[in-house]
Amino acid sequence: MNSIPHIPCLRRGASYESLDQIDITGYATEQTLATVSTVNAGIIRRDLKRINEAKATLQNFSVDQLIDMSSKAGEAFLKETLPLGDKGHHQSPSDYINTLSSTSGLPHVMVKRNMQKIYHALTHMRTVLNGLTRGLDLSILDRGYGEQFGTRISYYSTAKALGLVMPSNSPAVNSLWLPAIPLKTPVIIKPGREEPWTPYRLIQSFIAAGCPAEAFGFYPTDHEGAGVILQTCGRALIFGDKNTTSQFANDPRIQIHGPGFSKILVGEDQIEQWPDFIDLMASSIAENGGRSCINASAVIVPKYGLEIADALAKRLGPLQPTHPEDAEARLSGFANPKMATYIDGAIEQDLEEAGAQDITARYRTGKRQMEFEGGTYLSPTIVHCNSMNHPLANREFLCPYASVVEVPQSEMLESIGPSLVVTAITRDPSFTQELLNSDLIERLNLGAIPTMKISWDQPHEGNMFEFLYKRRSIEREA
Amino acid sequence: MSENTVSNDAIQKSREQLDAHVIDIVRWHFSEDTGCPFWLEWAKKAGWNPVQEIKSFDDLLLRFPHFQDEWLRDLQPEVWVPKAFKGKPFNVFETGGTTGMPKQRIGWEDYKVDYSEFSEKISDAHFPRDHYWLMMGPTGPRRLRLAIEHLANVRGCSCYFIDLDPRFVKKLIAGKQFDVARSYMDHVVDQAVTILKHRSVSAVFTTPKLLEALSEKIDLWEAGIRGVFCGGTTMDPQYTRFLIEEVLENRIGFYPTYGNTLMGLAASVPISKEDNYSITYYSPQPRAVLRVVNPENTEKVQAYDAWGRVELTTLTREFFMPRFLERDEALRCPARPPYAWDGVAQVRPFGAMEKKIVEGVY
Repeated sequence: MNSIPHIPCLRRGASYESLDQIDITGYATEQTLATVSTVNAGIIRRDLKRINEAKATLQNFSVDQLIDMSSKAGEAFLKETLPLGDKGHHQSPSDYINTLSSTSGLPHVMVKRNMQKIYHALTHMRTVLNGLTRGLDLSILDRGYGEQFGTRISYYSTAKALGLVMPSNSPAVNSLWLPAIPLKTPVIIKPGREEPWTPYRLIQSFIAAGCPAEAFGFYPTDHEGAGVILQTCGRALIFGDKNTTSQFANDPRIQIHGPGFSKILVGEDQIEQWPDFIDLMASSIAENGGRSCINASAVIVPKYGLEIADALAKRLGPLQPTHPEDAEARLSGFANPKMATYIDGAIEQDLEEAGAQDITARYRTGKRQMEFEGGTYLSPTIVHCNSMNHPLANREFLCPYASVVEVPQSEMLESIGPSLVVTAITRDPSFTQELLNSDLIERLNLGAIPTMKISWDQPHEGNMFEFLYKRRSIEREA
Repeated sequence: MSENTVSNDAIQKSREQLDAHVIDIVRWHFSEDTGCPFWLEWAKKAGWNPVQEIKSFDDLLLRFPHFQDEWLRDLQPEVWVPKAFKGKPFNVFETGGTTGMPKQRIGWEDYKVDYSEFSEKISDAHFPRDHYWLMMGPTGPRRLRLAIEHLANVRGCSCYFIDLDPRFVKKLIAGKQFDVARSYMDHVVDQAVTILKHRSVSAVFTTPKLLEALSEKIDLWEAGIRGVFCGGTTMDPQYTRFLIEEVLENRIGFYPTYGNTLMGLAASVPISKEDNYSITYYSPQPRAVLRVVNPENTEKVQAYDAWGRVELTTLTREFFMPRFLERDEALRCPARPPYAWDGVAQVRPFGAMEKKIVEGVY
């Protein structure tokens, strides 16, 4: 057996070893941890012509059965040793943590947290689906027709498959596609280049739990292949920055998961207590290495902006890289050091524009970009901006970064722009109502709730059930 | 000696044949009574007499600089007419030319020689005689269009043609007009589908991407296709495997070719799983010689199985072109039956690993 695992492409669940393979290397060590088969767009196009066969394999099960399998898959994902590739290798949970950490730069503690999120989503699938469907009797999906809430109900599936163009930077985003399987929709996954581990392990978990392998497509591919997945599956999710996703902005078949621009707003009624909220602000900014779209990237306050920025900088600025296995690790390394250099350069360039100051600079040891044990890291950065118009005021970077801006409460909602999560610390009924009325906020936390808190029964970014199913009006002769 | 090995004797013999051919061709192009104005003038300026000094292919490599493609762009075609062909109308063939003036090569019978020879290398099962062919790809001013028709005719066949203008496609891709490029490709492929639905055709010549697109619109085997020639753009081993296993379903004959207006046609040795679907081409030596040279020092040939830039020398009575550096790179491969000279494998645009090359959708 070759000592390096080979991760094949999965074509309706069957392994396919391509002649084109890429090496996945540790970000600090450059040691090859696996080779991954990559395929051209034509192979995906051909396979998608037969995707109905994959879908039929899921139709053989009830939603209930698939929920049970999801739960078992969750147990397998978190606790079991599973096949890794097609050359006889296996991967224990700790192997998974080690490998993912060494290719993504995420410290073990963050990988474990992401694992827990995925585990929770899988083992609470009934709750998740209940939230997504707003209490629908799920057997109606098996039958296609039923009666509930005193009315006839029929749903039909909108997609042959759910296409996924995944990122490399945050394994927990895989939890977004998990409901597709109990919703009887095959998944066609293009993994992030440096992160084949999580989707592959999830697929193996589902298969170990009894799910038909045919329901899973795993296609490491190029840009053209990604385009085929997005355009052909019927429904697809894409992750990426504005440049990557903007071309799909008006396509209802494609759900975009880009930057979140999540924010913390403090109302005039609570601002005098600002020191009480520094912990919440710091964790919202820096948890998960600052890599999530639900990390706060701006703190907007009616006054005390400089004081708050200073307090946050004092808390976050001194953070240093640690060994990935350190249970207290707070910073993530960069799998691609060029990305760190780009971010560092972008922040520095915009700091040259008057009206912004890197407050963390006074508490940081050394430069923002740091090397540690062969890895590249970015130190947390808190920038005080004098206006929301400053280019650094409403930005999101792949590191613990936030601006602190003073904006009168009456102007806050005009200035925030689209925001995935807003934590609004206020008890002012009138401001609360304005927040509730806003069409800019996807998830609203009213009160001192970290932006990172999500509810599995409430989708914060698109509703997978409404994405994959449409209700039809129906009449049946008695 | 394995069946894939060529004896030293055979290699030596081919080398002697090449040297003799070089002497003959140099004498032809540099003699006042047969040569063309360009080379006669060039020799005067160079200050040495190729007829006297070139006694082998190695001499040619030592004494001639790289042929400049500007010469084919900037000069009028008549400077390339050998005296022996004077007064005889010629074909003007073009290559490249995405923007500006294309390179032009004139010719009379060369393409027929190359393709008649190639006809002997393809099987009647894949390319039945006395039937019909379809060419879908760049026609226009390219040598390929006449060459394919000649090849079909040699085998008693007639050929339908559907044009694709690669210059337009390259402009579209460079301008990021991907939707228009896709529409244009669909327009081309749809025409081919129409022909295949209404006419009896057994062989197709096309480019890899067009072949893939065609197969997505029509079942090639059911449409009667038994053999496919492919050429024009890169075919890496995985893509070749994809074409053979999935597009042609392991039952339609596949013959990749490498060629252009300046060289003619290089055939490949049969592709096999054992070779990991790597395509190795062999030039129609002695009429053309391909070498894989060190891009940093083009005097030196690369070691076997090493990447280098492709250098072409064309040696016919119609056209003499020493040491032209192609815009391609390839792996140097040893001789392999039935060819007793070096081959080039996995040809791709020069610098493909360093920069994105616009090859277009075709």
